[in-house]
Amino acid sequence: MHQFTLSRPADISAAIAAHAHDAHVAFIAGGTDLIGLMKDRATFPERLLDLNRLPDMSYIDAPSGCGLRIGALARMSDVAAHFEVRSRFPVIAESLLFAASGQLRNMATIDGNIMQRTRCAYFRDEDDLPCNKRRPGSGCSARFGLNRNHAIFGWSDDCVATHPSDLAVALTALDANVLVHSPAGQRSIPFAKFQRLPGDGPERDNVLDRGDLIVAIEVPSRSEGRASHYFKLRDRQTYEFALVSAAAAITADGERIGSARIAMGGVAHKPWRLTAAETALRGVSLDDTEALKAAIAASFTEARPLEHNFFKVELAQRVALRALETAGARL
Amino acid sequence: MTTTYPARAQSDVRTDVSMTVNGSPRTLRVEPRTTLLDALRDELGLTGPKKSCDRGECGACTVHVEGRRILSCMTLAAMHDGHRITTIEGLEGDGDLHPLQEMFIEHDGFQWGFCTSGQIMSAAAMIEEARAGWPSAATVDVAEPFTIADLSKAEIRERMSGNLCRCSCYPNIVAAIAEVAGRR
Repeated sequence: MHQFTLSRPADISAAIAAHAHDAHVAFIAGGTDLIGLMKDRATFPERLLDLNRLPDMSYIDAPSGCGLRIGALARMSDVAAHFEVRSRFPVIAESLLFAASGQLRNMATIDGNIMQRTRCAYFRDEDDLPCNKRRPGSGCSARFGLNRNHAIFGWSDDCVATHPSDLAVALTALDANVLVHSPAGQRSIPFAKFQRLPGDGPERDNVLDRGDLIVAIEVPSRSEGRASHYFKLRDRQTYEFALVSAAAAITADGERIGSARIAMGGVAHKPWRLTAAETALRGVSLDDTEALKAAIAASFTEARPLEHNFFKVELAQRVALRALETAGARL
Repeated sequence: MTTTYPARAQSDVRTDVSMTVNGSPRTLRVEPRTTLLDALRDELGLTGPKKSCDRGECGACTVHVEGRRILSCMTLAAMHDGHRITTIEGLEGDGDLHPLQEMFIEHDGFQWGFCTSGQIMSAAAMIEEARAGWPSAATVDVAEPFTIADLSKAEIRERMSGNLCRCSCYPNIVAAIAEVAGRR
């Protein structure tokens, strides 16, 4: 790795002040993504701010009858093991347990998980191939290269990468909020507006600016939370990023679906919400597989597969169906 | 195309780190970029943790920090000031092998052995995670309580998936761990 300094800000204010006006400063917490990026020479921060000793940032608050509030520095393993999270929002616990390995989950934080960068092999390549995320303006090697793992929704000619976080997919389905501190104060960003589509600025994964620090994730109380499921399909059974994944959460209206929330991973630059499908699913019986398929298909008319990932269009619909049916079994 | 590193300051950026390593207090002077793995191996001569992929993919560098299994290649030594670190060298007590070490021998859980220290360190902490009721991706329903009695071989395989074995001794590794965890 390149040479850098490491310091410990005394509190949140000191951390955001140091980050606000210095483009060469980066936050580090679990380190499991940033250290890999530095080893792969994808980023060269000169000054790292070690957030791990910031007080009161690792909590998991789950008061009964309310939603969840998770401190930014809570570790993936602690959140996944938390019984209230597991019983009231199984989709969140599952999205964490199906990610990474036991060792990495003990290190990685909730904040870092949603901030992790794409696994696009061109972005991560040590030989510094053209990549607009790595070097803005250098081009996209994946657009006409090997793009089997890439997006089918929302991509641009400048970037066809997908977002790798499983947790972010679950949080999108549940309309969670990202709480951010900055020199201007605190703000709450709805998850749907937190991550960006690539457009002509794919170097920006999300809407955060210099001086912004995520301090917590808030999941509102959701009646759909209990009957929820995260289904992840991978090229190998375990310890792998998603080829395609889906987070589904539903309520029942008698024998039929009252409301449904579905977001997908592995298909876009951000978790992709199946809004049209959610509308079409209302009132559909969970036993009527053909009707469920037809409702899900409503969100795939806008799919734009690339040369090597046409299969994802069909696969993603099957994954969404499986997530929905498994969530339904929890009703 | 080759990448050149950006220009950087030449000043000494080394920092002192005090850790309790295998029960003994140790103070090291390291560069901030020194991983915990490199500090353990190169500064303290603890070569049990292995440097294999150096990218958090293989698990050969697994050690315990404050009792939890982590990958020492993906964390900086300077982030662990004041922490309690255990490596494979600290697992046995008074010359007696840890039960996992005995069972890896009994079940022939390794061939050339490069992954073994990571496998054993990972398994030791994994069994404690299961005892604490942590579920896994192999758990039938995460919404239900989990107990050590639920630690099936499928559970062990999933929970140990962060440790790769080039010799593919997996069946024997799982058998060794299952025996220590109290289930065959």
